Amino acid sequence: MTTLKELSHREERFTGGHRLCAGCGAAIVARQVLLAADGPVVIGNATGCLEVATTLYPYSSWKVPWIHNAFENVAATISGVETAYRAFQEKGRLAEKWHFIAFGGDGGTYDIGLQALSGALERGHRMLYICYDNQAYMNTGIQRSGATPKGASTTTAPAGKVIPGKLQPRKDLTAIVAAHHIPYVAQAAPHNFMDLTRKVEKALAVDGPSFLNILAPCHRGWRYPPEDTLKVTRVAANTCFWPLYEIVNGEYKLNYKPRKKLPIEDWLTFQGRYAHLFEGDGEPELVAEIQADVDRAWEDLLIRCGELPPRECRDEKKK
Amino acid sequence: MAGPSVQSLKLPLTGNDAAAYAMKQVNPDVVAAYPITPQTELMQTFAEYVHDGEVDTELITAESEHSAMSACVGAAAAGARTMTATSANGFALMWEVLYIAASLRLPITMTVVNRALSGPINIHCDHSDSMGARDAGWIQLYAENPQEAYDLLLVALKAAENHDVLLPAMVMYDGFIISHTMEVVETLPDEAVREFVGPYKPAYAMLLDKKPFTVGPLDFHDYYFEHKRQEIEGMLHAPAALAASAAEFEGLTGRSYGPLETYRADDAEVIMVALGSTAGTARYAVDALREQGHAVGLMKLRTFRPFPAAEIAAALGGAKCVVVCDRVVSFGAFGSPTFAEVRSALYEVPERPLVINYIYGLGGRDTGPDLLEQAFEEGLRVASTGEIKEHVGYLGVR
Repeated sequence: MTTLKELSHREERFTGGHRLCAGCGAAIVARQVLLAADGPVVIGNATGCLEVATTLYPYSSWKVPWIHNAFENVAATISGVETAYRAFQEKGRLAEKWHFIAFGGDGGTYDIGLQALSGALERGHRMLYICYDNQAYMNTGIQRSGATPKGASTTTAPAGKVIPGKLQPRKDLTAIVAAHHIPYVAQAAPHNFMDLTRKVEKALAVDGPSFLNILAPCHRGWRYPPEDTLKVTRVAANTCFWPLYEIVNGEYKLNYKPRKKLPIEDWLTFQGRYAHLFEGDGEPELVAEIQADVDRAWEDLLIRCGELPPRECRDEKKK
Repeated sequence: MAGPSVQSLKLPLTGNDAAAYAMKQVNPDVVAAYPITPQTELMQTFAEYVHDGEVDTELITAESEHSAMSACVGAAAAGARTMTATSANGFALMWEVLYIAASLRLPITMTVVNRALSGPINIHCDHSDSMGARDAGWIQLYAENPQEAYDLLLVALKAAENHDVLLPAMVMYDGFIISHTMEVVETLPDEAVREFVGPYKPAYAMLLDKKPFTVGPLDFHDYYFEHKRQEIEGMLHAPAALAASAAEFEGLTGRSYGPLETYRADDAEVIMVALGSTAGTARYAVDALREQGHAVGLMKLRTFRPFPAAEIAAALGGAKCVVVCDRVVSFGAFGSPTFAEVRSALYEVPERPLVINYIYGLGGRDTGPDLLEQAFEEGLRVASTGEIKEHVGYLGVR
C-alpha cells in the first residue's frame, strides 16, 4: 500500500480554489481518492455540491478528464466512458490502462441514481463508484434523503412540535450494493485516511465494479463547527454508527473495531441536527430506538465478519 | 442526374431490419439501448450482429432508456462513435439527456421508431414521441419507408459528425407501418458505407486526448447564453452539412434526399403536407384526384429540424390552399406543430396560400386514401371559396 509519505509526493489532481465550504467532507474525500488513484483516470460526477462547486465555468478544479451529465445518471455515464475505452482497447487505439471513478452524493446514489447504479453494477463495468454520503440533499439546502438517519432534523423533515425530525431509518446502501455480488464493496470515512487510501487502491485493482460508501460530513447540514469534520466521522466509527468494513468477493471483513464502543449520545450530541432530541424533556424513547438500531446493525456486521458467532449458535449454547 | 456509382444489393428488409443493417455497416464503437415496442426487433437484430461477431461494437444493454442515452453521452464524450434506438415512452424517458447530448455537442445518431406516447398506453404509430423533442437540439429526419430508414440514418450520421454541426441526429419512421413492413431495400456494400461515413474523428475526446478537460460544468448567466448561441450556430450549419452528405450519398446510390420532396405540386392549387409513411398514401390520393381533374399535389417534409422554412415557402407559395396533415396533437396550441411552422414559413409569400390543418392517425388509427381525399376535398373547397370553416380538423375520429 502507498505510504503517507509517498502520497504526499503525488500530484494534486483535485486542486484547491474550489467553492466547497471550508471543512466540507466531500472535498476531503475527492482529494484523498484522487491521491490514491494513481495513473490515468476519468471522473464522472453526479449533479450535487461536489459538481457545482468545482466546475463553475470557465473554472475547473479537476486536472483529470471529468464529465458531468445529470443528477441520476453518473453510473450510466461512466459506464458509457468505460465501454468506449473497451472499444478503443479492442481496436488497438488505446494501450494504457485507465481507471473510471464516479462520484455521487447520497441523493444521487441512494435515491434518484439507485437504478442507474444497479444497472451499471449488474453489467459489470470496471468502474469505482463512490458515494460521498452527507446524509441529505445538501446542495439544495438540507432536504431529507434515503440516507438521512432516524431522528435528524432536515428542512423537509424538520424537528417540529409534533414530529421530531425524520422518523424512518436510512437505507443500508452498502448492503444493497453488496447484493449485486460485485468484487469489492467497502464503507470508509475520511478521518481514517490510510484505510480510505487502501480501499481506493483495492477497489481500483479489481477487474469489475467496485463501490465505496464514504461518510462525508456536511457541517452546514449536520450543525457542528467546520473544523470538526474529521472528529465527527471518528465519533461515527467509535459509536459504530458508521462501521468501517469491506466485502471482498462476498467475504466480510471488519476494518476497525473501537476499543470501547461509545454510546450513541456521543454521536447525536455532537451535531445540531439532533439537538431537539435533548432539548426540554427530549426524546429519550427515540434516542433509545436509535441506539437499539445501531446495536443490532453492529451485531449483524460482527456476525457477518466472523467476529461473533451467529445468533442461533449462541442461543444453542444458552440452552 | 448521374447513375449510382456503386452496385447495390437488393435485400428484403423491414424498417427495423433496414436500420439495424445500416448500423451494422457503420459498425459504431458503442451502442447503448433498451428494448421497447416497436423498436425491439431493431435492437435484437443488432445484438445478433454483436454476438455473432459481425460488428466490433461494444453493446450496452442498459437498464432503462434514461441510462441508455446517459451511457451514449459518456461514450460519445470519450470519443466513441455512438448509436442507439428507441420509441415512445422510452424516448420520453431519455428526454432530459436528449438536451444534454445536444448541448455537449455530441453527434450521437438514433433511430426513433414512432409510437404514440402514453397515455393511454398504446403501441402503435403516431408522432407524439419525436415531435415533443423538436426543441431538444437534435437534427430530425422523417423516413417514409424502409429504404429511407436505411439511407437517412447514413446521411444523418455524416451530417451530425460534421465539425461545423456537432449535433446529435434522430431518424424517424412509423412504428409497425414501416418498422414491421418488409420491402425490397437497395443496400450499399459494407465497404461503400464505411468509406461514406469514414473513420470517426471526434472534435474532442476525453480518452483519446491526453489533455484533461471538463465536460458538462456548471454554466451560469455569464456564459450559458453564449453556449446556447453556439449550439444554435451548429444547427444553422446543419442544412449545408445535410445537403453535402446527401449529395455524396446520391453519387453512390442515385437516390436524392433534400429537406422536402414534392409530388405533382408544380401546378397544384391544393398541396398536402405530410411526414413519414402517410406521404405514400397521399401520393396515391393525389393520383386518384388528378384522374378526376383536380389540381392537387403533395409536399413530403423529410427534415423537420432544421426546419426548411425557405424551401417550404418556395414549394408551397404558388398554391391556393395548403392542407397540413400531422400525426400528433399539440394540446392548446393553434394547430399541430407542422401546421404552425408551415403557416409561419408562408407568412412572407407574396400570395399567401390559405392553410388548414388535419390531425390524423393518433395511436395508429389507420389512415387510408379515402381520409386523405376527404382532406383534399376540403382543401379544394377552401381554394375555390377562399373561406376557411375551421383551421384544425380531425381525420377518421368518431
